Amino acid sequence: MARVEPAFKLKIANLSLFVLYVNTTDMVQLKKQLDMRFNKSQDFFSNTPVALDLSAIANFNISPDFAGLMAFMLDHGMHATGVVGGSAEQREAAVRSGLGLFPDTIARPALKTAPISTTAPGITPNTTGSQPGVPGLGLAIEAVAGETNNSNILDSDTQLQKPVSQVLPTFRPTMIINKPVRTGQRIYAEGANLVVLGVVNAGAELIADGDIHIYAPLRGRAIAGAQGNENARIFIHSLEAELISIAGCFKVFENGIPENLRCKPVQVHLDRSDLIIQPLLS
Amino acid sequence: MSKVIVVTSGKGGVGKTTTSASFSSGLALRGNKTVVIDFDVGLRNLDLIMGCERRVVYDIINVINGEVSLKQALIKDKNCDNLYILPASQTRDKDALNLEGVERILNELKETFDFIVCDSPAGIESGAFTAMYFADEALIVTNPEVSSVRDSDRILGILAAKSKRAVDGLDPVKEHLLVTRYDPKRVEAGEMLSVTDIQEILRIPLLGVIPESESVLQASNAGTPAIHLDKSDVAEAYRDVVGRFMGDEGLPMRFVTVDKKSFFKRLLGGR
Repeated sequence: MARVEPAFKLKIANLSLFVLYVNTTDMVQLKKQLDMRFNKSQDFFSNTPVALDLSAIANFNISPDFAGLMAFMLDHGMHATGVVGGSAEQREAAVRSGLGLFPDTIARPALKTAPISTTAPGITPNTTGSQPGVPGLGLAIEAVAGETNNSNILDSDTQLQKPVSQVLPTFRPTMIINKPVRTGQRIYAEGANLVVLGVVNAGAELIADGDIHIYAPLRGRAIAGAQGNENARIFIHSLEAELISIAGCFKVFENGIPENLRCKPVQVHLDRSDLIIQPLLS
Repeated sequence: MSKVIVVTSGKGGVGKTTTSASFSSGLALRGNKTVVIDFDVGLRNLDLIMGCERRVVYDIINVINGEVSLKQALIKDKNCDNLYILPASQTRDKDALNLEGVERILNELKETFDFIVCDSPAGIESGAFTAMYFADEALIVTNPEVSSVRDSDRILGILAAKSKRAVDGLDPVKEHLLVTRYDPKRVEAGEMLSVTDIQEILRIPLLGVIPESESVLQASNAGTPAIHLDKSDVAEAYRDVVGRFMGDEGLPMRFVTVDKKSFFKRLLGGR
């Protein structure tokens, strides 16, 4: 008898996931703000799975209109896949609307099963406390613990693995790219900083779990702190970017990047959930 | 050492085939044994530009499938003794062009020819990929407009990442920028990107600038590569390109700025 090939495999994979923090049960208001936020950069999402974090509204007695919420999220290319947190009633209502259940927000063990904690602080020691208004390492935990997130946050995944210091920092050397990064190319410095010496053209994408330095024009996208490291920074020789993002907070020129910084050397950092772009002093 | 040169662009209609025809003719005119291969299976054009369409009997797919020998499929150019054309198939499926078969043909051609010019189809699909995969050098044909520049950027990225030289970890494919259909007047008016703008984005060495010209269309329809046209700036520009490629020094970059006619020329009605 010929052996039958296995028709499937079941595995656990660690995928980054967008989380939409629902801060209100007022769907009209939420829809209005979503529309305002994403209309200009419409193709940011395309059939992207998104989890809903309900912890901010867990004390409310009513459940959001999940069906309506899912429908207008879909208009923006977001596929609501499941809920994190929320009250028992809210979670039940979510299931009735066809959403899955992620584990509760407080423990949050399954969102990411400790991916060698690549955002370990050891990678970016230089950024801690170097700027007023940017607290040190505790920020990632504080910000989430306080759940002060507003709708500006596009938190790809906030690293919430106990105190970070418990995880041994796996040091990875800085990735250095010394040629142009061209449209369609994507460079990911996993658990490391990224230094690019060549031009980054429109349609190219730089992703790093640590900091990103670009000593040439940045015309494509730069995404630092991709695993949620809110202390990550981006340094750009000439800012012409399509998009810049740190730990899931992003800005585009049409929506937040000051026009007077175009083609200027800048540094970008995160102050709570606000992406700050400052000119680099010469 | 023979060299494989791909003429590619990403975008269609920018002048890849025109360039392949004139560039390979130019190499042959300087005494190099040259073959130009049409990789655009299904949309065969090079034979028309070279004016040999009525002599096509076999094509590259026949050779890959082992139906005929390379010698039987090669067509001798009517203008240059040193130039041969390997046409694409017009009827076959483009998937018939596989990497193993192409490598075999290129290796066989390398025994005879100094330069093997590969005319790539547009796009970044398998045809374009096959054309560039074995390249030692690449002519990136770009028009002075943003979409063409972006497509060229994409092609450069693929060359740097996926060509055989990149995969095998050899020296990277040598890249040359060729700006075609350039109209200095429209550049001055701000309607077209300048050569500087294009280089600022693509950042590869400029091999030449071919001016926009009506004579290219006439040459195409007549089945004569533009480089053979008498007294045309396009022909001169292509000769410069070939010269620079072969290492000639001191060739100024012509046709980049608006030609200011002298008072006397205007008076005498000179062109």
